[in-house]
Amino acid sequence: MVPVNYYIILSAILFTIGAVGVLIRRNPLVIFMSVELMLNAANLAMVAFSSVYKSFSGQIFVFFVIAVAAAEVAVGLALIVEIFKTKHNINVDEMNSLKG
Amino acid sequence: MTQLDFQTLLPLTILTVWACVLLIVDLFIPKNRKGITAVLAALGLAVTLSFTILQIGRENSGYSGMVVLDGFSTFVNALILVSGLLGIALAYGYVKRMGLERGEYYTLLLFSVVGMMLMAQAADLIVVFIALELLSIPLYVLAAFSRTSAESEEAGIKYFLLGAFATGFVVYGTALVFGATGTTSLVGIVGSASNGTSSLLLTIGAALILVGFGFKVAAVPFHMWTPDVYQGAPTSVTAFMAAGAKIAGFAALLRVFATAFPTLATDLTDILWALSAVTMILGNVVAISQTNIKRMLAYSSIAHAGYILMAFVPYGNKDIMPISIAAGLFYLVSYVFTNFGAWGVVIALEKSEGKGLEIGDYAGLGRKYPALAAAMTVFMLSLIGLPPTLGLVGKFYLFRAVIAGGYTGLAIIGVVTSLVSAYYYLRVVVTMYMKDGEPTTEREPMLDFTTAFTAIVTVVVSLVPQWLFLLASNAVLKLF
Repeated sequence: MVPVNYYIILSAILFTIGAVGVLIRRNPLVIFMSVELMLNAANLAMVAFSSVYKSFSGQIFVFFVIAVAAAEVAVGLALIVEIFKTKHNINVDEMNSLKG
Repeated sequence: MTQLDFQTLLPLTILTVWACVLLIVDLFIPKNRKGITAVLAALGLAVTLSFTILQIGRENSGYSGMVVLDGFSTFVNALILVSGLLGIALAYGYVKRMGLERGEYYTLLLFSVVGMMLMAQAADLIVVFIALELLSIPLYVLAAFSRTSAESEEAGIKYFLLGAFATGFVVYGTALVFGATGTTSLVGIVGSASNGTSSLLLTIGAALILVGFGFKVAAVPFHMWTPDVYQGAPTSVTAFMAAGAKIAGFAALLRVFATAFPTLATDLTDILWALSAVTMILGNVVAISQTNIKRMLAYSSIAHAGYILMAFVPYGNKDIMPISIAAGLFYLVSYVFTNFGAWGVVIALEKSEGKGLEIGDYAGLGRKYPALAAAMTVFMLSLIGLPPTLGLVGKFYLFRAVIAGGYTGLAIIGVVTSLVSAYYYLRVVVTMYMKDGEPTTEREPMLDFTTAFTAIVTVVVSLVPQWLFLLASNAVLKLF
């Protein structure tokens, strides 16, 4: 059996890649994918811990995270489509009409 | 599901069902009469509020300890429902005038209120997460509600991306806390943590959760989205977001940290101290250079997040904590009323296409609309913390509690930043009374009523604040 530490290290790496991706990428779709990576890193950790503790609550949490992430995708993609309709461009660097 | 489970979540269930039914009923309401939807939504909030008030004094937990009902949740829920009502009252005329009147506005607002209420009652990190998303996702949509307006859409996507980013931190923090303790229940975590299991994992998990909530309540350094989102979103949404998301964020922060992580107090107190100080300083200093009133109020809202965070600093000190949290709750009440009033005045002066939002546009208001200018003066004084307003009483209780906890330095920072804030708040007052101009305002009965009501509450309650503080103290009594 693979030791639980490996899973946790993998999930920490995935989470870091996701967080860095959010900060450095400029396309909202890619930023969004990075956020999904962060959520799934947490899911991986949850499932790994869940098998250590032989407890279901971690796995149930994962189901909730997946469901909520789907709801977030629906809202996020709708927003991106609307912005594309208005500006014909979705680069976040060009979303600079608000400043002060 | 037992009777007790049902009673624990009764107001929340009523509001959820009401919102779902309203979604369907709205289909049959003609496009030009969406005011009916607003009235129905407000009615739903009022019914829920009356059921919440009936629950005063009742305490139990339900659904296998996933949610609790106690004095704290009842107090916070009542405050959230009042914010929902004020939010609808501000939106009623505004969305019509700005051509945004669609039924979904009110339904989304109700769902967001449901999320906030669940947040106050959550006793398990899974429920905290679901409540957080339930309150946030409708707010993302509401922020971008003014479709085809580039500013509003930009506000929506910025709020969405950073909100989702913050959610990632909360979820990963929850996973680590689960890994350290083997449970997601707040009571279970503290039970397991006191056994002295791997505390590094627990500390990192708690810190990540703190980052996530820091985003939600707009604490520095997680505040970058706030000015843009508050400026770009429709003003009625901003008012609701500023009040509601703050109440819920702080309620969850308190519930999670006071219940689950008291063992980490020594590590976290310094972090909270620094967060609070930086938030107060940066919010107030950057607000000085703002010329747009929405941006100025956004930075003011960041600064106030810092003041409320002050209440959390003595956390872990069992003697001071109840009085300090009661002071924090009192400050939240004062902030909610002042905030809605100030945004109400902003809405009264706002024109389409984002005109009428510069501080210069307030010139001459004192001569032309003395009542509105007087109300704005009250709100500005309350935000500074000058008499005779709730803001002063709130700050007094807060600073007193913090000093009693031995954090005099933080209280001094609070006083000094309040003095700094007087500069930009009073600039609005000076512009209104000393400069000449021809401002035009929108007179809408609901808006006038809201502004007058919040102004009266801000002044009158400040003269007899003891009962409210007593209420807040009783609300937190059972938490510790």
